[in-house]
Order: sequence, then C-alpha cells, then structure tokens
Amino acid sequence: MGLFDIIGPVMIGPSSSHTAGAARLGRLVRKLAGQEIQEATLYLHGSFAATYRGHGTDKALIAGLLDLPPWDERLRGSFELAKKAGLRYRFVPTDLGEDAHPNTVRFDILCKDGSRHTVTGASVGGGQVEISEIDALRVRFTGERPIIVCRHHDHPGVIAAIAGLLYEARINIGNMQVDRSRETHLAQMYLEIDSFPPPGLEKEIKAIPGIQDAMILRPLEEEQVQ
Amino acid sequence: MTAKDCLEKAAGSSLGELALQLEEDAGTPREDALRKLDSMLTVMEAEVEHACHLPVYSISGLTGGDAYRYDQYRKEGGSLLGEIPALAATYALSASETNAAMGRIVACPTAGSCGILPACVLAVAKVRGIPREKVLLALAGAGLIGELIDEHASLAGAQGGCQAECGSAAAMAAGAIVEMLGGKPEMAFHGAAMAIKNQLGLVCDPVAGLVEIPCIKRNVGGTAIALSAADLALAGVESRIPFDDVVEAMDRVGKALPAALRETAGGGLATTKAGLAMKEKVYGKTE
Ligand code: SF4
Repeated sequence: MGLFDIIGPVMIGPSSSHTAGAARLGRLVRKLAGQEIQEATLYLHGSFAATYRGHGTDKALIAGLLDLPPWDERLRGSFELAKKAGLRYRFVPTDLGEDAHPNTVRFDILCKDGSRHTVTGASVGGGQVEISEIDALRVRFTGERPIIVCRHHDHPGVIAAIAGLLYEARINIGNMQVDRSRETHLAQMYLEIDSFPPPGLEKEIKAIPGIQDAMILRPLEEEQVQ
Repeated sequence: MTAKDCLEKAAGSSLGELALQLEEDAGTPREDALRKLDSMLTVMEAEVEHACHLPVYSISGLTGGDAYRYDQYRKEGGSLLGEIPALAATYALSASETNAAMGRIVACPTAGSCGILPACVLAVAKVRGIPREKVLLALAGAGLIGELIDEHASLAGAQGGCQAECGSAAAMAAGAIVEMLGGKPEMAFHGAAMAIKNQLGLVCDPVAGLVEIPCIKRNVGGTAIALSAADLALAGVESRIPFDDVVEAMDRVGKALPAALRETAGGGLATTKAGLAMKEKVYGKTE
C-alpha cells in the first residue's frame, strides 16, 4: 500500500465497498460494453443483496453504468439521470452460490447496438473491484492492467503463437492462467500484460489457427477530481 | 517497515518529508504527490463545512442535522470545549454526515472514519494559521502512519473492529497535528501511539450495517482523542509503550474480536432494541 491508498480515494459516501466499489464496477461494465446500455438487470448477491438500499449501492451501480466516476456528486441522483438517458434497469436480490464474493453483482445488459451480454464482478474492498466472468469466459480483470482473454483448441503451439505476437509487440506478460476442459477439448487462457497493446493485436490473435475467440480488455482510466 | 525504521530515516527531517521521499522512491515525484494531496485537501475543506450551514440527512433517514445543530451551539459560545476541539467536533460531524448523505469525501483511511483527520488538521490549521504547504506535509505524515498500521495490523473494521478505522484515523490525526506544529517525528509517533491506546478494543457494530450509527459520533470522539494525544506529545509526554508495540497489540486485539463485533452488525449497538428497531425501519421486517 502506498500513501494514496491510505489518504484517498476521493469518493461519494457512505461506503468504499458498497458505494465507491459499486460505482467502479458499474463503470467497468459500461467500459466493457464500449457503448450506451439501454437495459440492465442487476442480480445482487450476499451483502449487496441485504443492504443495497441503505448504502446507495443501487444508485452507485446505475451511476457507473452511466459512465460516472465514483467521486461524481451526480451519483446520488443517478436514477433520474438514467431516466433521461433511456437506461431501464431493475435489481434482483439473488443467491449466486457459496463461492461468490459477498459483494457480487451479475449484470445482464442490452446494449445500444442490440447485443446482449452477461458480466459478473465483485467489489472486493477499499473501492477495488474484480470482474470474474464475461459472457461465460472466466477472467480476473481488476481494471488496473490490460488483459487478453481467449478460448482456443487445446493443442500445442497456440499459446506459443500468442506469446510470439506479444514478443514482437514488445509486451511483457505479468500473469497468465490456462484452464482446460476435457470434454470440449477447449482451453481458456487469460494474460495480464504490462503495457497497452497496439491496435490490431486482437485481430492478429483471432487469426491464429486454433483460436476460437479472443478479446483484449483495457484498463479503466479514471480521471482525477476537478 | 516499522516506526523505528522511519525514525532512523527521518532523522533531522520530518515525518511528512519522509513520506514524500518514500513515495518518490516508489515512483511518484514529490510535485505530483503534493498536487494530489492538494486536490484531496480541497475536497476535505468542502466536506468539513458542507453539513454545517444547512442540516444534511443520510439516505437511510436514520441520522443527520447534528453538525448544523452543534455548530449553532458552538457559535453561541456555549461549548465546553476550547476553540480548536469544538471546531474539530463540528468538522468531524459535518464530514461524517456528508459521507452518510452520499456526498463527496476523502476516505482516510476509510469512509466510515473520514471525519477525524480532516477535522483535526483543518481546525488546528485555521485557528493557528498554519500555511497550506505545511498542512499537505502533515497529511503525508498521517498517510505514513496509516501505512504502518496497515502493514502490521489492519485498517478495516471487518478485520480489526473500529479500533482499525477510527483508532487508526485518530493516530494519523495525532501524528499530523504534531507534524504541523513543528514536533519531531518521535513526538508524532508518541502521539499516534497514545491515540491508539485510547481506542484499543473498540468494536465495530454499525446499526443496520450502515456507516452511520455509531460511526458519526465516533468521529467526534476520535478528534478529542487525537487532539489530547497530540497535546501530550507536544508537551514532551511519551507513550511508555512504543508505537510499533502498540500496533502489534492492536493486531492481536483485532484478531481476538468475535466476528459479531467486526462490521457484521451481529452484536454491540447493532443488536440493541433501538438498533434492531432502526434496522427494521430501513429494510422492513426480515426473518
Ligand atoms: S463502527 Fe465500524 S463501520 Fe462504523 S466507523 Fe467504526 S469501523 Fe467503520
């Protein structure tokens, strides 16, 4: 922890995990969508399900979906802003199972272009968040460093080919994890990388023989308080 | 890192200067850190006044209006406390009520305990006319104290009880006051240690699980503890138990607290008759 983990962040109260983290989580979903969201169903789990109204977790999540930063004072009035922006939403307290972090939300969203997505993430404390699933792809995305997620056929050479592309782009891999399924013979991999990938890298990865799907997620750049 | 290490490194300098030096070593240039602290100080200045001029109420409706009430009383000259402690009490109420009302605050170290450090620092700075540059250094020094507590104990109520939140905030505030008034780093750590000692074992028992009751008033209590601890330290009084040992005790005490008294709203004030009635008011009847 550094100085600014202790003094800071600047945020809208009352709770770093239930308000600031919720706002950041909603915003990460909005950034992943890359466009306006028209409809959202938010399934709240654990402590979020029990106390979301008292902590303003609901207002914070919607503010995030509207792309407001966690310190924006308009957060309190996010429901009215949603109405103006044409975002319809509903909250469903639910149980996502014992393994889910107590502050987990599953978002079912309908984007402006008509596409539908499901994203699951949690507010893990101190305003920090972690996305654990995007459209059935398991990930661990905190919004701090870019990550590459891909699904590929489980045979030799695919991972080496991706690593080769990264080497050519002079990108360092910070962390990687591979999961394999015996039944489908598909592997899923996620890589945390140290620097911004060049444009076109996602396309190049998708073109590697054996790759079924790939996506590059960019970090959440949070502007400073004005 | 321990307070002992810090004192060696800070020899001849101040705690705030050391904090900035350590940030610089970790990659944040001094100017950038100061600019960031300056923008936080601006938010703090607004939050400590926000709920004084007009009553502000929390979103749950359980709390609010007390910063305004107390400020009126203080201005009429009736307060038992001296000028600085009374102003700090007003400021702490305002910052905490602003937090509960979904206003903008600086978590320091947490949102629940956000009133203590700005209240102490800004009350002392205002009454004693401390220049802004010195206030920023005091905030940096407070941050370093928080980092040490985080490393050796905890800053989260869910882990260490309220001693971890309001206790740490008061320790940070005591250190900051000593720094602002020109005390040596040793004195800042004695002040911080005395502040923690006065809150050792404080439980976290928020009514309805919300950061309001007892949090708001504990912020006021935290300022009184921080101011008295800093005052003793500035007079040359030492904590017989050194800061590092006090923090180690804090860690052990926090671990010994039952889960019911660590932010789960399962004990303490949260499960009193009045506490449970308020919970029902907010969430309706459960079970
Ligand atoms: S009682 Fe708990 S929630 Fe309230 S300030 Fe203390 S630690 Fe934070």
